[in-house]
Amino acid sequence: MARVTLDRVHKVYPNGFEAVRPTSFQIEDGEFLVLVGPSGCGKSTLLRMIAGLEDITGGTLTIDGREVNSVGPADRDIAMVFQNYALYPHMTVRRNIAYGLANRGTPRDRIAAKVEEAARMLNLTDHLDRKPAQLSGGQRQRVAMGRAIVRDPALFLFDEPLSNLDAKLRNQMRIEIKALQRRLGVTSIYVTHDQVEAMTMADRIIVLNGGVIEQIGTPAEIYHSPASTFVASFMGAPPMNLIEAAFETGAVRLPDGTAVMDAPGGRSGPITLGIRPEDVRLGRGSATFDVALVEELGAHRLLHGKLSGQPFTAHALKESDATTGSHRIDLPFEALALFDRETGMRL
Amino acid sequence: MKRAGFDNPWLPILLLLPQLSIICLFFYWPAWQALRSSFFLEDPFGFGETFVGLQNYTRLWDSPQYMKNAWFTLWFSFLVTFFSLAIALLLAVKADTVLRGARTYRTLLMWVYAVAPPVAGFIALILFNQRWGPLTEAFAQFGWLLRVRLEYFDTAFAMIVASVWKQVPVNFIFFLSGLQSIPRAVREAALIDNRSGISRFWTVTFPLLAPTGFFLLIINITYSLFDTFGMIDTILRNNPGDQPVTLVYQVYLDGFRGQDIGGSSAQSVVLMVLVLALTVFQFRLVERRIHYT
Ligand SMILES: Nc1ncnc2c1ncn2[C@@H]1O[C@H](COP(=O)(O)OP(=O)(O)OP(=O)(O)O)[C@@H](O)[C@H]1O
Ligand SMILES: [Mg+2]
Repeated sequence: MARVTLDRVHKVYPNGFEAVRPTSFQIEDGEFLVLVGPSGCGKSTLLRMIAGLEDITGGTLTIDGREVNSVGPADRDIAMVFQNYALYPHMTVRRNIAYGLANRGTPRDRIAAKVEEAARMLNLTDHLDRKPAQLSGGQRQRVAMGRAIVRDPALFLFDEPLSNLDAKLRNQMRIEIKALQRRLGVTSIYVTHDQVEAMTMADRIIVLNGGVIEQIGTPAEIYHSPASTFVASFMGAPPMNLIEAAFETGAVRLPDGTAVMDAPGGRSGPITLGIRPEDVRLGRGSATFDVALVEELGAHRLLHGKLSGQPFTAHALKESDATTGSHRIDLPFEALALFDRETGMRL
Repeated sequence: MKRAGFDNPWLPILLLLPQLSIICLFFYWPAWQALRSSFFLEDPFGFGETFVGLQNYTRLWDSPQYMKNAWFTLWFSFLVTFFSLAIALLLAVKADTVLRGARTYRTLLMWVYAVAPPVAGFIALILFNQRWGPLTEAFAQFGWLLRVRLEYFDTAFAMIVASVWKQVPVNFIFFLSGLQSIPRAVREAALIDNRSGISRFWTVTFPLLAPTGFFLLIINITYSLFDTFGMIDTILRNNPGDQPVTLVYQVYLDGFRGQDIGGSSAQSVVLMVLVLALTVFQFRLVERRIHYT
């Protein structure tokens, strides 16, 4: 159980590439923090710096009030679950789970008890004497979890632990990991590029892009008030609609001139207008949405087409009689997000 | 899977013929000849032979010279194998941290492997030269006056050093690629689980290197027994006197120099049995037990 603080931590690789720009944030005791972002944005680098597997180029990292910049990975009181599990192929499941404890001088009977307990928790009791090669992907994943939890660390680190599993297993493990973390109350940092995992598991999400934090917030904050067009388009499936618009004659107008809201404070110039597909109201309003394709998803439908010449998606309930062709739509004022066209930042 | 078939039953045999004839000509036939000759006493001038049963073998057993060389061979093989493997492993572990992924270095290091055994012996002779050899001088600093080719122990020492020196690069290359094929995440997991580098090496790295290690063990035993011939010959300058020789070299001495065809054939048979045992050991123990997927 620990609070983790990063103060202007950054990373420059030996080849001169700056993978993580100076980054500061704090993780509270028992919090489940998810680091999300596209491939290559520096998520793993950041996590590996916290684990001690990668040198910290600058800034300070504190775990529970102790600066750990130059402390080795084994002495940081952390446990990590890797993407490809990183089990020791020559050890049985039992030895894999016990290895970290044995090296810390835990008495034998205590190790045995903890391994048994973890195995029971993770449904591995029948497989304790097998080698990792004799296990399925999901079981290996559980062993990796077991190895982490028996240690009772102050901090769990996960680097895309579910990305090698099939969709069904991934959903199941996602729930199990989250429940386990709740039960144990261990501070956790979880790296993923899957925004569904991020939304469902996190207490707070950090959206990373190109080595820079785009936004920190709860899943609801990230979803409903994205700080930039990047966050808006990264989170949510389908993502937020982003339409080019402008402040003109006291209103925000689409390129075809339709006014969608009053402009605050008489501003002018180009902006980007954002709205989530499910916030679009169909059937009435001032804008015209040309639907080209209706996507049937069972629980609801997605209408794809053009709004004022730009790609647009709207969400339709399953009882609505959505068809292709022109629809009148309303973009409710409260659901709109305005972004600077140049910087992509929220206005 | 589709099974390939031959319309003409003679075709596969025809295709195998070159390979089979080479095996027969260069392996089975000489082996058979050696086995046969080992039961005969042959006239050195080729005027006939007498069947003597196992006498050639008992003669070996009773010969103090042969038994002395057998012991020497045993120690020689053990020490050469041990040091070739140990030094190469140590270097590979050190290099691994520096060289991760740098393949050019590997190729560079591989060059030493191309040194022919007699050349290795020649280089050893230069290093251990009585008057101006750098190694002789270095040991003289510590008060050890090396007299290679004169003192039994010193000659043995030079042979072992030269053999190890020649074999280390090969082992190094294999160990290095073995080390580099251990997944990075597994090493990192160990880094988190175990703070002691030495303990990490023995509990994670070394077991994962075991397949490479066992393969090299067999290669090195074979090397120390058979491939050191040229090097030994160069060091002894064809004149062994009472200096140490390995059993393979003894076969050559007795057969070609001593014209004792029967005795040297018996020695060859002993060596063949040894190789056979080694092969069985490899297949039985190693291939079955040491592999992970
Ligand atoms: N050892 C290294 N040397 C130089 N650059 C590196 C090194 N490791 C990673 N990088 C670069 O740093 C950036 C961030 O890498 P990182 O592995 O943190 O990405 P990531 O966000 O985890 O991506 P993914 O989702 O694909 O795992 C990438 O552009 C990568 O190419
Ligand atoms: Mg990554």
